[in-house]
Amino acid sequence: MNLYDLTIHQAHDLLQRKEVSSVELTEAVLKRIAEVEAKVRAIVSITEDLALSQAEQADERIRAGDFTPLTGVPALIKDNMCTKGIRTTCSSRMLENFVPPYDATVAERLKEAGMVMVGKTNMDEFAMGSSTENSALFITHNPWRLDRVPGGSSGGSAVGVAAGEAIYALGSDTGGSIRQPAGFCSVVGLKPTYGRVSRYGLVAFASSLDQIGPLTKDVTDSALVMNVIAGYDPRDSTSANYPVPDYTKSLIPDLRGFRLGVPREYFVEGMGKGVEKVMRTAITKLEELGAKIEEVSLPHTMYALAVYYIIAPSEASANLARYDGVKYGFSYQNGGSMWDAMEKTRQFGFGPEVKRRIMLGTYALSAGYYDAYYLKAQKVRTLIRREFEDAFDRFDALITPTSPTVPFKIGEKVDDPLQMYLSDVCTLPINIAGIPGLSIPAGFADGLPVGMQIIGKPFSEETLLRIGFAFEQATGWCERKPPL
Amino acid sequence: MKLSREEVMHIALLARLGLSEEELEKFGEQLSNILENFEVLQQVDTSDVPPTAYPIPLENVVRKDETSPSLPQSEILANAPRQEEGCFRVKAVLE
Repeated sequence: MNLYDLTIHQAHDLLQRKEVSSVELTEAVLKRIAEVEAKVRAIVSITEDLALSQAEQADERIRAGDFTPLTGVPALIKDNMCTKGIRTTCSSRMLENFVPPYDATVAERLKEAGMVMVGKTNMDEFAMGSSTENSALFITHNPWRLDRVPGGSSGGSAVGVAAGEAIYALGSDTGGSIRQPAGFCSVVGLKPTYGRVSRYGLVAFASSLDQIGPLTKDVTDSALVMNVIAGYDPRDSTSANYPVPDYTKSLIPDLRGFRLGVPREYFVEGMGKGVEKVMRTAITKLEELGAKIEEVSLPHTMYALAVYYIIAPSEASANLARYDGVKYGFSYQNGGSMWDAMEKTRQFGFGPEVKRRIMLGTYALSAGYYDAYYLKAQKVRTLIRREFEDAFDRFDALITPTSPTVPFKIGEKVDDPLQMYLSDVCTLPINIAGIPGLSIPAGFADGLPVGMQIIGKPFSEETLLRIGFAFEQATGWCERKPPL
Repeated sequence: MKLSREEVMHIALLARLGLSEEELEKFGEQLSNILENFEVLQQVDTSDVPPTAYPIPLENVVRKDETSPSLPQSEILANAPRQEEGCFRVKAVLE
């Protein structure tokens, strides 16, 4: 087995037994990046020197016996999380040269745990998109078939993990941006409960929806990363002060006594036949593992797309008002008046999808339309949230496809924003309700990955990881590697 | 509903977003199409439903009013497009 294909727990075993050093592991990963990056283009900044010096420090910690399961293990971080002294672009012209003066809480925690950071990953600009095609820098390719999108917005992180350019990665998820690319690239992606992981230092997109989480090669690794990044942070006023369990304790390959609901509204019209077939097989497998499966109806699901695309752009239009060309970021200097310079800064600094969403949000919040759009969406949000609450009175978790289709072709949906928005139709409701969702590899349709989404009530990550672990152990889909 | 060119220009002004001629045209069409799809929300009866701003219950968070070290001025200004005498330099606000 190649070192770059190891999981966190496999790498940790070798490091602990001193069969391999962090420097060797890091060199293997950097060599892999050099080999495949030209094909997949997942990484905005490769931080080779930093990685090697962190690897040396990790080896010292290991020699001294002071280490964690993440010590010395190479990782990639999505380029919307601030990393002190390392360019953080959000894949936008606006922040192309922005060097943060501080670390995001997640970066700080991973550093303390002994992370080796090999780079920052490509994404849809400001995390707005479902294919990573909205990156203002370059397009990322799906390692399973290079003419396909990797999903988005955390496309670079998903590809990086799938292609062996890192052992694990962090992504962020506002409407599916961890789970959908995880599904498209056949890796494990967890969007934790809103408030579970600190958003301090995450460049804000939609503050009531954004959440950071891990992209990993298997479910055990997801638990290991959660053990480090989850928890209260006084610097994020929406951070939940709620005890953090040892997530690895929940990894039990047995689902006897579990009640799982399958919401029929997620098996939508226009769903790929191959996806449906994979999902039916997966559900049968969960039944074999001891779970009791029952169909359930969540009728407000059909409104989630409209609710999301009013609330997220509204919050984005307010959050992105900060890019005025004064404090940091791109600044248009040749304009006449202050207003003219500000308008041109935003015209040339933002790409088309970001502008579209700022326009949409500004409209939904503007005088005369606030009640009809924004307030109405917030009320329907309540109904969607309640519907999930009711379902979790009866079920331990809900099972859906992560996406209605397999990865689509690069360029296929770029000119039709609404079609692009529909590729997140199974993941959006989960952010609206603030609940956790886990996507795990469920099989392949026409040689392309299909993800299964497991949804739970607030702070039920342990339940989701247990179901994911049992399924993964019984199927082995996580072990398949893309043909690069 | 179809957004008029004037409406698109008004929204762009509110957002302080410069748009090219081509973008004005394209966004008008795309936004109209998207908003039309959002009409579906008007079917939902929300008469007794309170709005949700945050998905989990939140309380105001306050901290003790104590001083603590902040980032040095030079680091904060390091990303500024223009600076002068320890300040962000901006274009004239009043002319």
